Amino acid sequence: MPSFVNPEKCDGCKALDKTACQYICPNDLMVLDKGKMKAFNQEPEMCWECYSCVKICPTQAIEIRGYADFVPMGATVSPMRSTDSIMWTVKFRNGTLKRFKFPIRTTPEGKAVPDGGFPVAGDIKDELLFTEPASIGTSFFSLKQEGGRHSV
Amino acid sequence: MADFQTVEVKTDLLICGGGMAATGAAVEAAYWAKQHGLKVTLVDKAAMDRSGAVAMGLSAINQYVGLKDGQNTIQDYVEYVRNDLMGVTREDLVANIARHVDATVHLFEKWGLPIWKDAKGGYVHEGRWQLMINGESYKVLVAEAAKNALGMENIIERVFITEPLLDDDKIAGAVGFSVRENKFYVFKAKAVLVSMGGAVHVFKPRSVGEGLGRSWYPPFNSGASAYFTLRAGCEMTCQEVRFIPVRFKDAYGPVGAWFLLFKSRATNGLGEDYMKTNADELKKWSSYGGVKPVPANLRNWLMMIDVMKGKGPVYMRTEEAIKKISEAEQDPKVRAKKLKELESEAWEDFLDMTVSQALLWAATNTSPEEKPSEIAACEPYFIGSHSGASGAWISGPADIQNDASKKDYFWGYPCMATVPGVFCAGDASGASSHKFSSGSFTEGRIAAKAALRYILDHKEEPQVDEAEVAKLKERILRPLDLFTQHKNASTDANINPHYLRPKQAMFRLQKIMDEYAGGVGTQFTTSRELLLKGLELIGMLKTDFEKLGAEDHHELLRAWEMVHRTWQAESHIRSILFREETRWPGYYFRADKPAIDEANWKVFVNARWNPETGDWEMSKKPIHQIFGTKSEGHH
Ligand SMILES: Cc1cc2nc3c(=O)[nH]c(=O)nc-3n(C[C@H](O)[C@H](O)[C@H](O)COP(=O)(O)OP(=O)(O)OC[C@H]3O[C@@H](n4cnc5c(N)ncnc54)[C@H](O)[C@@H]3O)c2cc1C
Ligand code: SF4
Ligand code: SF4
Repeated sequence: MPSFVNPEKCDGCKALDKTACQYICPNDLMVLDKGKMKAFNQEPEMCWECYSCVKICPTQAIEIRGYADFVPMGATVSPMRSTDSIMWTVKFRNGTLKRFKFPIRTTPEGKAVPDGGFPVAGDIKDELLFTEPASIGTSFFSLKQEGGRHSV
Repeated sequence: MADFQTVEVKTDLLICGGGMAATGAAVEAAYWAKQHGLKVTLVDKAAMDRSGAVAMGLSAINQYVGLKDGQNTIQDYVEYVRNDLMGVTREDLVANIARHVDATVHLFEKWGLPIWKDAKGGYVHEGRWQLMINGESYKVLVAEAAKNALGMENIIERVFITEPLLDDDKIAGAVGFSVRENKFYVFKAKAVLVSMGGAVHVFKPRSVGEGLGRSWYPPFNSGASAYFTLRAGCEMTCQEVRFIPVRFKDAYGPVGAWFLLFKSRATNGLGEDYMKTNADELKKWSSYGGVKPVPANLRNWLMMIDVMKGKGPVYMRTEEAIKKISEAEQDPKVRAKKLKELESEAWEDFLDMTVSQALLWAATNTSPEEKPSEIAACEPYFIGSHSGASGAWISGPADIQNDASKKDYFWGYPCMATVPGVFCAGDASGASSHKFSSGSFTEGRIAAKAALRYILDHKEEPQVDEAEVAKLKERILRPLDLFTQHKNASTDANINPHYLRPKQAMFRLQKIMDEYAGGVGTQFTTSRELLLKGLELIGMLKTDFEKLGAEDHHELLRAWEMVHRTWQAESHIRSILFREETRWPGYYFRADKPAIDEANWKVFVNARWNPETGDWEMSKKPIHQIFGTKSEGHH
């Protein structure tokens, strides 16, 4: 279901040096038409419908229209993503509406601490990773040799 | 030549890719590099927050062993993977990831990934090894940790890694181009960690129009890992072991939660459970047909038998499963609440990782509690981290070997390929499938630490032949030049006798693979004669790649993605051809060798392209069993 841009809502990200949708698309699909100052999907048949552009657009200008080759018309699925949750609105072809809300993270944005607060230690020559053994929660596994076969 | 400025970046460790394995590598490398005064640089073709297979999010962590609660042992995991891959697996590699993976999952939780908890505070399992998560922001979170660890100044986005750079027989770096600016990058590094995912769009997808991009595996992973390692001269393994998942039909929504969490059945159009009615077929596949869970390829195969008999459509019986769970509740109020919960869980499963499937349900007025949905086998993909196994042949750890395996599986640095200084993780490394998101991240960590240790042991600066770099630059930018030079030879830029546009090259590759290498069009069936014909046509396609034409940066990206895919395709064909048996029916079937042959083919098939001669070298490598086999009935 390729993405498309509503021209009424897209403001070309106010001509900042890069637009949000172009910045995020993992498949390099979104581009800005500099003449019109509107974004568009340059290769809709390569769109994964990952919704990354939809979620990031500051003006909610991007929507997804189901792939025309196999999706009947008329339904929509639209997200509203905040800093800790996402709300989805699902509209059926027959008009039925459903709404779902799910958490997306339990920490403030930007605050993922690489060591997770686990004690760090170690020697570059051994097999332990920098948060181990603490972050395993139990002792580190290694094989002891016993007569050619290993026991666990 | 197109006017591209050459930008040189000198570093110690170059991490290629920004997905699960690469972010794991960045987090681990940052710690050790700081201690030892080394520089680490990460390059991703996209924006790390949403690049790779986890761009959309995931609804489960598929590898968690549960060591701290004594749920399982390392051996249990090894046995599970060994059986699922029909005996072909590197037990040292699988065990190495398994012993670290819990530590990684505990980090994810600290970073803020919501993992479902039960009333007692334990993780909610989808299945024995899988944890349920609210994973919409899974990739955003791991990217955030990687950025916080490495610093944005060491991360370069929107640069497409194109070719390896060699210094005699060892790695010296990589070259690539910006997909945004006129810049050609030369990375000089003492070690390179390859983590650029697997490959899709090698085979023709089932969709015929706008839906081409709705492959199960993301269209932006285009075989860069396989290409890079092959071109560097690395030995590859299991290049024949493609993965064909069974998913909800057309939109490819996940089935794991339905089969494992909701305990749903799948039936054919006549309401028969093909896992029961076709159970006899399992006996044909050596001891692997008798294990629980039944290997993924055999489950596909039992389904395909019914499809080929015209007994479709095949349905996931969602309505039946939900009814069964909710009816277990006696109290009508509790039951209504349970139904609501199940409905939300079912939709979240799609919304967190395959939104298209939710849209298809809405567009076909499907409520899972009311009617079943079709499932089908997708097209073939290369994803060594999932239930496929293709990738580079890498060294295992020193301490998970026996006397026999140590000789064949260990050469000094875990995750190092057969070319010194090339390290691989995630989809890039082979014969250690079932690592999934958490295991790929973990393998990235293992590889990064090993690579830095390698760098400390090999301090000499890499020597790069500047004339070679100049030649590479000319070759990599040539599609732009060809287009400019010849575009006026025709009134239609698409139909031009002087160049081949990447989109048409893609269709040509897909047609060859579909028809000769066992794609959807032939129900995954091929034979020696078909494969030989396919190879001949791939040869011509590769020659025509000298004439790829590209109008702009975006099309230049597409051009090189096609070159990468085609090398993955060729090594796949050569490996299927070499292995004279059918071992993974349901993934592919060799009509001329229709049975499993344990006596001759219980081995790894390895492939190497020799950079000096340009020849392919095929070989058999032994399978060493390092862990035992538990008595029957344990599972
Ligand atoms: C649809 C789907 C569902 C899945 N569901 C689950 C699940 O529920 N649970 C689970 O645990 N796992 C799941 N997996 C598996 C998991 O996503 C993978 O195992 C994991 O992402 C592999 O990690 P990787 O780093 O090898 O590849 P990826 O995470 O895909 O990363 C590849 C990276 O390489 C970059 N790249 C590619 N080419 C180049 C190039 N030429 N130059 C520079 N950069 C490049 C990409 O931009 C990306 O950053 C799923 C996978 C898919 C496809
Ligand atoms: S992110 Fe939204 S507003 Fe900005 S250019 Fe894209 S569509 Fe327009
Ligand atoms: S939905 Fe995803 S793949 Fe499609 S244009 Fe948006 S970001 Fe790109």
